[in-house]
Amino acid sequence: MATWTWFHKLSSPPHFYRIAGKMIPWYAIPAALLIVAGIYGGLVTAPADYQQGEAFRIIYVHAPAAWLSLMCYMTMAIAAAVGLIWRIKLAHALAAASAPIGASFALLCLVTGSLWGRPMWGTWWEWDGRLTSQLILFFLYLGYMALRSAYDDLTRADRASAVLAIVGVVNVPIIHFSVYWWNSLHQGSTVIRKGGPAMPPSMLIPLLMCFAGFTLLYAALACVRVRAEVLHRERNASWLKELGQG
Amino acid sequence: MHEFMNMGGYGRYVWPSYGLAAAVLLWNIWSAMRLQRQALEHARRRAAIAASDADRRIA
Repeated sequence: MATWTWFHKLSSPPHFYRIAGKMIPWYAIPAALLIVAGIYGGLVTAPADYQQGEAFRIIYVHAPAAWLSLMCYMTMAIAAAVGLIWRIKLAHALAAASAPIGASFALLCLVTGSLWGRPMWGTWWEWDGRLTSQLILFFLYLGYMALRSAYDDLTRADRASAVLAIVGVVNVPIIHFSVYWWNSLHQGSTVIRKGGPAMPPSMLIPLLMCFAGFTLLYAALACVRVRAEVLHRERNASWLKELGQG
Repeated sequence: MHEFMNMGGYGRYVWPSYGLAAAVLLWNIWSAMRLQRQALEHARRRAAIAASDADRRIA
């Protein structure tokens, strides 16, 4: 009961607006510290890989970008489903806010993957399971955003784009398992695998810092963007007047 | 320093990756802040219009 009250209160726009505003520095500052420390560790203190030499250092931006593009999609799809089922506008706002973030990291993942693939595999691109499904993820984000912008009416944009986001979830497990299902140029999972991570701590710790930093950065960015969405949606709400005076 | 930039011959793959990562991070921060600034600006303007309408009705 208490949880429900709390949830109900949080889903009220003015309350969310205040809470999210207070949370931003708590996400953003650790995110900045973790990313800077992780990148420094990845570029400077981690030893070169015995097989891939210095080229493996691309992992410190490539893998966290891949993770974020997937996590962001799951957040977007779950939020869209919640918005569709329970008609919670704030959930739709979160879904809409996630799309551009996810798209940018999906693109970062594809380009850094290409830059890594060239020296390791001898090709910029290959139409294999992992690469193709990640490209589809990027297009799903673009399609989602295009679909939203095609409607003038926000409620209809929310519903139509939510359906697209939910259908696209099928692609997420395909990306994850693609390296096991099909013969792929892409290497298997390094961190989450049977027998523990295939990396010594000097390589692993900076990578985990980048994962955590990217995730916290997403939280901070989502807070900022959802707040903006709330302002945009609550056009005539009386609580906005306080902002006008402040 | 030269050795560090060279990245064992992989510098031309490693540095563009990090450069693009920096660009994506900065774009995300910039665009989110711009969105918030615009939304706040619009909300303030709407509130000001609503307030002046109310004043006119009273007068």
